[in-house]
Amino acid sequence: MAVTAKNLCKDEFFYGHKACAGCGGSLAVRNALKVLGKNAVAVLPAGCMSAVGFNFPQLCFANNAIISTFAGTSSMLTGIEAGFRRRGITDFTAVGFAGDGGTADIGIQALSGAIDRNDNIIYICYDNEAYMNTGIQKSGLTPFGAKTTTTPAGENIRGNIRPKKNMFEIVAAHDISYAATATVGYMTDFLNKIEMLHIPEKIFMRLHLLLLFLMMVLLMRTLSLKMRKTASKR
Amino acid sequence: MKPYLREKTQFGFHDVPENTCFEAGYLVTKNSGWRSIRPVVEHGKCTGCMQCYLYCPDGVISIENKKAVVDYKFCKGCGICSKICKTGAIEMEAEK
Ligand SMILES: Cc1ncc(C[n+]2csc(CCOP(=O)(O)OP(=O)(O)O)c2C)c(N)n1
Ligand code: SF4
Ligand SMILES: [Mg+2]
Repeated sequence: MAVTAKNLCKDEFFYGHKACAGCGGSLAVRNALKVLGKNAVAVLPAGCMSAVGFNFPQLCFANNAIISTFAGTSSMLTGIEAGFRRRGITDFTAVGFAGDGGTADIGIQALSGAIDRNDNIIYICYDNEAYMNTGIQKSGLTPFGAKTTTTPAGENIRGNIRPKKNMFEIVAAHDISYAATATVGYMTDFLNKIEMLHIPEKIFMRLHLLLLFLMMVLLMRTLSLKMRKTASKR
Repeated sequence: MKPYLREKTQFGFHDVPENTCFEAGYLVTKNSGWRSIRPVVEHGKCTGCMQCYLYCPDGVISIENKKAVVDYKFCKGCGICSKICKTGAIEMEAEK
């Protein structure tokens, strides 16, 4: 059954966190966990979502969640999945939430290994298009021309001189069983792409996923478009 | 269920866990101080369509009796709810 606002789980699993007001990454984590439910085991590498979610003793995840090394999201997911399987526990989902830097740059080797092993894990990359947690440095997913602290727009260069890596194609080239892109700007589409993975009886069986979010950008654009439309109506 | 604010207790060294595990969903501070504008729901206009609940990054909006209710303890005042609302039931008002 398609997930909508009405039948989405009412519990909150990511609450009271310290993300910036209006953060698209936290919206993605919040709603993905609502679909995956309380038995999801979340892995968060260094990055905004671990920085805002675990400020001891303010611990904002209501399900099991753990911080991994920056490069090791996928390997920790593999370990969690294998550990639970060994102990005979089956009703869980190992899900990772890594930033664009943690996916396309430092975490790409571990991710490639996990895809190659065909592990039963869900990997979600929230793409905010730079290393935001350390103060906006360029990552492999920063778009061409974007101004960051390491690619300043000035007399010598006009922002980022390299194009955005096509992370989705990189993942797809592994012959992965399921990969998708989504944005928090279209929430029901996003929720249903996650729901697709979550139900084991579905065609994909237990799967593998990489979601790339163009979230902030798209969300803001959709919202401002909507605003303009309503403003012109009034 | 959602994580809730705990009673204020003093944390000593003996309370700090020896390993890296601690209770999930343990909240000790509010986020209301971040806000400069607050969403105010006009119940007459609210149809309970749940879009604000769906798009709130902090999950502070719940629908009770088909009307949106904001948890002001954790609302940061980002204003997404007011922009997403089709009927214009949520206005952002200056925080006093
Ligand atoms: C091995 C290692 N190198 C560098 C860091 C410092 N560091 C912590 S968070 C971060 C940026 C993460 O960026 P991204 O993965 O895009 O996530 P975002 O913060 O944008 O959500 C960096 C460089 C680290 N924790 N570990
Ligand atoms: S820097 Fe960006 S990703 Fe990080 S908490 Fe703020 S809005 Fe979210
Ligand atoms: Mg990033």
